[in-house]
Amino acid sequence: MKSLKQVLGGDLRQFTMVGALIALLIAFEIASGGRMLTSSNFQNLLSGNAYVLILAIGMVMVIVIGQIDLSVGSVAGVVGMIVALTARDLNVPWWVALFIGLGVGMLIGAWQGMWVARIGIPGFITTLAGMLIFRGVVIWISGSISVPVPDEFRTLGSGYLPEWGPTFTQMNNSTLLLGILAIVALGWTQFRKYSRLSSMASEKPPLWPVVVRVVLIALVIGYLTWLFGSGRPGTSFPIPGLILVALVLVYSTITQRTRFGRHIYAVGGNRAAAALSGVDTKRVTFIVMANMSFLAAIAGIMFVGRATAAGPSDGTAWELDAIAAVFIGGAAVSGGIGTVTASMVGGLVMAVLNSGLSLMGVGADRTAVIKGLVLLAAVAFDVYNKEQGRPSILGRLFPKKEPVATAAEPAGSAPVAGKKG
Amino acid sequence: MGDARPILEMQHITKDFPGVRALDGVTMSVRTADIHAICGENGAGKSTLMKVLSGVYPHGTYGGAIVFDGQEVEFKGIKSSERAGIVIIHQELALIPELSIVENIFLGNEIVKNGLIDWDEARRRTLDLLARVGLSIDPSTPIKTLGVGQQQLVEIAKALSKDVRLLILDEPTSALNEDDSENLLNLMLGLKAKGITCLMISHKLNEIAAVSDAVTVIRDGKTVETYPVEAGAVDEDRIIRSMVGRSLENRYPEHTPTIGETIFEVRNWRVEHPTLPGRLICNDSNFTVKRGEIVGFAGLMGAGRTELARSIFGRSYGIFVSGEIFLRGEKVVLPNVRAAIRNGIAYVPEDRKTLGLNLLDSIKVTTVSANLDGILRRGLIDDAMEYEVAEGYRKSMRTKAPSVDVGVKTLSGGNQQKVVLAKWMFPDPDVLILDEPTRGIDVGAKYEIYRLIQELSDEGKAVVVISSELPELMGITDRIYTICEGRITGVVDTAEANQEQLMRMMTTTASMAR
Repeated sequence: MKSLKQVLGGDLRQFTMVGALIALLIAFEIASGGRMLTSSNFQNLLSGNAYVLILAIGMVMVIVIGQIDLSVGSVAGVVGMIVALTARDLNVPWWVALFIGLGVGMLIGAWQGMWVARIGIPGFITTLAGMLIFRGVVIWISGSISVPVPDEFRTLGSGYLPEWGPTFTQMNNSTLLLGILAIVALGWTQFRKYSRLSSMASEKPPLWPVVVRVVLIALVIGYLTWLFGSGRPGTSFPIPGLILVALVLVYSTITQRTRFGRHIYAVGGNRAAAALSGVDTKRVTFIVMANMSFLAAIAGIMFVGRATAAGPSDGTAWELDAIAAVFIGGAAVSGGIGTVTASMVGGLVMAVLNSGLSLMGVGADRTAVIKGLVLLAAVAFDVYNKEQGRPSILGRLFPKKEPVATAAEPAGSAPVAGKKG
Repeated sequence: MGDARPILEMQHITKDFPGVRALDGVTMSVRTADIHAICGENGAGKSTLMKVLSGVYPHGTYGGAIVFDGQEVEFKGIKSSERAGIVIIHQELALIPELSIVENIFLGNEIVKNGLIDWDEARRRTLDLLARVGLSIDPSTPIKTLGVGQQQLVEIAKALSKDVRLLILDEPTSALNEDDSENLLNLMLGLKAKGITCLMISHKLNEIAAVSDAVTVIRDGKTVETYPVEAGAVDEDRIIRSMVGRSLENRYPEHTPTIGETIFEVRNWRVEHPTLPGRLICNDSNFTVKRGEIVGFAGLMGAGRTELARSIFGRSYGIFVSGEIFLRGEKVVLPNVRAAIRNGIAYVPEDRKTLGLNLLDSIKVTTVSANLDGILRRGLIDDAMEYEVAEGYRKSMRTKAPSVDVGVKTLSGGNQQKVVLAKWMFPDPDVLILDEPTRGIDVGAKYEIYRLIQELSDEGKAVVVISSELPELMGITDRIYTICEGRITGVVDTAEANQEQLMRMMTTTASMAR
């Protein structure tokens, strides 16, 4: 147990979720007769869910500061529609339309951020209003009909990386290159972190868990590289997936490694204490709410690219998928807890459920029932563990042998006048 | 003194939590109509014992027997202990702020007539109960408009409504000022005269000495000793000795200050109440603090000490009207907390849990949270540096925790306070304002906190200590300002101060000061 923990490096809850995800994949692979773990299914899974996962990135930050954003679906829809309309009616190049779309997303974000942060309307109310307002705007400006978008957007929404180089690799070389880069980068950061820690710690931590971890990572990435890269010619790791990975890297760094990230958790954990520690709580709230709409704009643009047209009902109920992903990923409703990567795992659990159930021929009705139950079960699991004070199912299966260390150090600094009193 | 018959006997009470034995054969006996004090360091098992007694931990989850009024009792929950006449008033008040006094008093115990609540009867009985605790307020007043002292009295009225025979008070005066405390203690004496037994957990030895008939000291889950005391003549040293298992010859560490030049000065500070415009909460306040000096702020609850400190600390309270701050001889403007921190001021709030800490954080994250710049490398937080800083403070301050990765929530009050102090030492401020730095902390940990404060002053920092406990201010400060109704009413050198004089200055009203 201890060595397992050393290899995984701490957060067992997250690995429980990853374990559940892998178990789901294997179960569906068997149940669907080998149609789950295929190149085309994985490519579809990723480009078909990238937009929800991108929303989940922003949503976890919103939920960590103790707010919620119900408007993301409507915002995505309105941005997609504006992009489509500008490209068609104003005769501007596709990239101008793209930037106008992102700009509109930021404006909407600033609007909502202002209401929440400056005026102090709860995010639930502000974004419920936003959900109505922007859904109305989409239908209004589109006249309730779909508007096609330029072909370039298809690349963003469902495109693939180029083919090049030798053919003996038997796979898409762009994907292969990405996979190799990912393994090298992850291996390098792991070893650099290890060397930093061991240079500071008085006793050198063991090296082997790091090696085992890197080998495990390499195996997983290697397998995924092969899976994505060995599909029919012309396909590769999908471009929306690439955008998603880039955003996850950026936002993970922001939330985990920057001052601003710490401020987000501080505001969510205890707003008053954060303010007294020098955190500008209004600014943090504003930026997080505004950023959510910006990410919704990216999601909306990617979606219309994939669908090749913007429709008046695009984005309906996306907010619920994004919120579900975040809570399956272990975020707390009361704020202060949740990470980008865990939310991605949560979102992927939902995506795999969708994909697997449809492969097995389960209808949308029953799929929704199952997804709802999974959400309840995941959060119930968290609540149960919190009440029991137990870290995870792994912790329950492998209880610690040594008793809990009681803080029984001698109070050496207290004044000892007459030692025996 | 009550009659000799015990109303309560607890025999060999044992309670285990996973990995920890919280109570290990506690035996004690309480005589009818006594005020019985229970002392012990934080974590000694006092609260656990009271939870066993009041049925929070139901029969079967603990070992031993409870004999109440001559009969062995097996409480299944709070309801069943209340039916027997045992009512517990927790340290954190359990009243609902939005509801009125009458609604709170009969919450869960409503007077029902024909399926509807009989508010007239409830009101009538509430008036009666309030009169018994000496409160003359309209029963429909919302709880949130009452002060802590009055809320405490409402809690007791609520207990009386349940025909209480044994009233358990968990640190009843920890949040009260001296007036309210005295009022409460008198009320307890009154209850005693009516035959109600009080069981009081307290850290305040002078209060125990003043009202209690018997003392039981608990240490490490065991009864150390239990003895009757002549009211007014309890031996404080004896209690301390058995609480900590050693003698505390001196509760305040010896210290010779090395005082330098004035580095912090506030002039003509005027601040308005945040929601009541026109009402000044700081009225022309002037004070100075020198390098290496520990300055105390004494005042009754509500005198405006915290408000003064927080309005200086980046205007985090009230509406700034006018006034000047001089740091190291230069005038500074501190419009927000960040500016205050950047200019070398730190403020440790009085309420650790709601203002000082994010209880979700680990020791590590808390320690660096006021100075994230200090652990940045190329603009990003450096894990190794963060760990090193936190671990350094954990060792030097002797914080009792298995590692800096454990949550601050799991620490005792004293250790939490050390983490909060570390958090404010890391930005290396020149001026530290400590608001009630030892509230809710046991005697041993208090001593360590005092030493830390003195070490900070030895490093040449200016330290301001706000405290409601005069002996504490007399024990550790070099100079004391008294505050009353938002005005600084005087300043004395601690060496020449006495409590009566300070108390007089703390209660000098505005008109008398002029």
